[in-house]
Amino acid sequence: MTINKDKSRFDMTLGETLRSQGISRRSFLKFCAATASMMAMSPAMIPKIAHALESARRPSVIWLSFQECTGCTESLTRAHTATIESLIFDYISLDYHHTLMAASGHGAEDARKAAMEENFGKYLLVVDGSIPMGNPGYSTIAGISNYDMLMETAKGAAAIIAVGTCATYGGIPHANPNPTGAVSVGELIKDKPIINVPGCPPIPVVITGVLTHFLTFGTIPELDHIGRPKVFYGQSIHDRCYRRPFYDKGLFAETFDDEGARKGWCLYKLGCKGPTTYNACATTKWNNGTSFPIESGHPCLGCSEPDFWDGGGFYKALSMPTENITKTAIYTAAGAVAAGVALGAMNKSKKNSATKAHNKTTIDDLEK
Amino acid sequence: MSEIEFLSWVRGPGFQIAVIIFIAGVLIRFGEILLLGRKKNLAEAKGSEMSSGLRTIITRSIPDKTTFQRSTFTLVAGYIFHIGIFVTLFLFAPHILMFKEVIGFGWPSIPTPIIDATAVVTIIALLAVLAHRMSNTVLKFLSTKEDYLVWLVTILPLITGYIAFHRIGTTAPTLLAIHILSVELLLVIFPFTKLMHSFTVALSRWYNGAISGYRGVES
Ligand code: SF4
Ligand code: SF4
Repeated sequence: MTINKDKSRFDMTLGETLRSQGISRRSFLKFCAATASMMAMSPAMIPKIAHALESARRPSVIWLSFQECTGCTESLTRAHTATIESLIFDYISLDYHHTLMAASGHGAEDARKAAMEENFGKYLLVVDGSIPMGNPGYSTIAGISNYDMLMETAKGAAAIIAVGTCATYGGIPHANPNPTGAVSVGELIKDKPIINVPGCPPIPVVITGVLTHFLTFGTIPELDHIGRPKVFYGQSIHDRCYRRPFYDKGLFAETFDDEGARKGWCLYKLGCKGPTTYNACATTKWNNGTSFPIESGHPCLGCSEPDFWDGGGFYKALSMPTENITKTAIYTAAGAVAAGVALGAMNKSKKNSATKAHNKTTIDDLEK
Repeated sequence: MSEIEFLSWVRGPGFQIAVIIFIAGVLIRFGEILLLGRKKNLAEAKGSEMSSGLRTIITRSIPDKTTFQRSTFTLVAGYIFHIGIFVTLFLFAPHILMFKEVIGFGWPSIPTPIIDATAVVTIIALLAVLAHRMSNTVLKFLSTKEDYLVWLVTILPLITGYIAFHRIGTTAPTLLAIHILSVELLLVIFPFTKLMHSFTVALSRWYNGAISGYRGVES
């Protein structure tokens, strides 16, 4: 990742940069092919991707971090050894990222302002973290509230990529009772294209994939109803889970160390949120394709969905009620029985007094 | 409200409200029936109420030959959908987990594809009984609005469950939430309609048998 403004590199196209780094044309095409397949494009697109990427100019990227834990940046920067994906990421001109940049204080803020001016209308804005609306003082950078910085920087952005569940849907800061009044980028900005890349953290390849798409086509990929690129979030974890045959057969791990767990059976009963979660983990996997959480024996938490933190307990199966229904049922039953007995007693006394008040009619009465 | 919030609501407060109405309603209905009381029978008992009552619970559940011949369709379709509902409701692993969470114990499940097929058969049987109800002149005449309402709230959980399982139309959290909501609708309507027969059927059959038993005649 380059933070500086090395002019000679700045003017090179991506193709030139890759060649100067000793990447052969062959491995570059291989990368293009992998990208095409990852993004579910036809092989006919490979030369187009190659051509577009070769001649792409470095886009300026401004990265703003608000109420976040830096996990998203960690995910991205630690993900790969020197692969071409990381070179793509290297290639962008990351003009502002307060965790990664060497400059600080006024120097850093000046870099942001300069990048905004030079590339007005063209730069990409990446945001991680949510924005506190409760009180501007909850989170500030260089004395500027998150809200002001976001609104100011968004003005000249060509598109915004919201990275991580906090920026996309509010995430953990937004969890009940949301003390800071945290909101997502999409709730504040309505007039710019926003690509949501949720996950806690998101899969690095998904971030680079979205960047590649932007570099190749200059447009944003097709999004689903909550702003996620369909190519990565089009299928649920459950639909692509390799443990699915066990789910279908009704074979479940009951605890984390029983026989079922050792045999790799389905984790539904341990609270797996795979059936309601859309993400690429089951196919793309983590740590350079090593595995994904379910593969290491832990149920999916549903981290790429809005409000996943308040989804009713990570270890509670999806079909279980989230409130204490047993208690509710007992109290209701007790109440209903008490009411029933009271009503019954009332009816009985009514009946008794009615019997007592009953006057027999005699023949004489009728003859009156 | 996001999809997951909707799902959390139906799994939490929504379910709670439904269970309160269901339990209170069922108990009040039972209280109503039991507190009615029975007038003291002054005639001398000619046989046992209890044994005749219990026997009738079983015998009336098995159709005799003439009844079967006269209403074959009603009986076959009726049995299919009743058994189908039992299988899908009580033998599907996620459902058992829900029961276990509420009542404290569970039981073994059967493979999902069998549940899936049973659900389809049950839905078809329910559609068939509706078609029969609407095409048979006498049945149609006897049907009330309640009959159609009860049919609807019974088939809805099956259809929404099937759709949620196969994720047709929209995304999984919404589909699951709609399925749970349809079950909550069933729970809320249950005590105030003829759906109560799931609980009272044994009681009324016993009573039929008991009357005959007291008189010393075969029920
Ligand atoms: S482990 Fe989770 S995602 Fe995989 S089949 Fe089971 S419930 Fe579905
Ligand atoms: S498996 Fe589920 S919780 Fe884990 S990273 Fe993937 S989507 Fe998030």
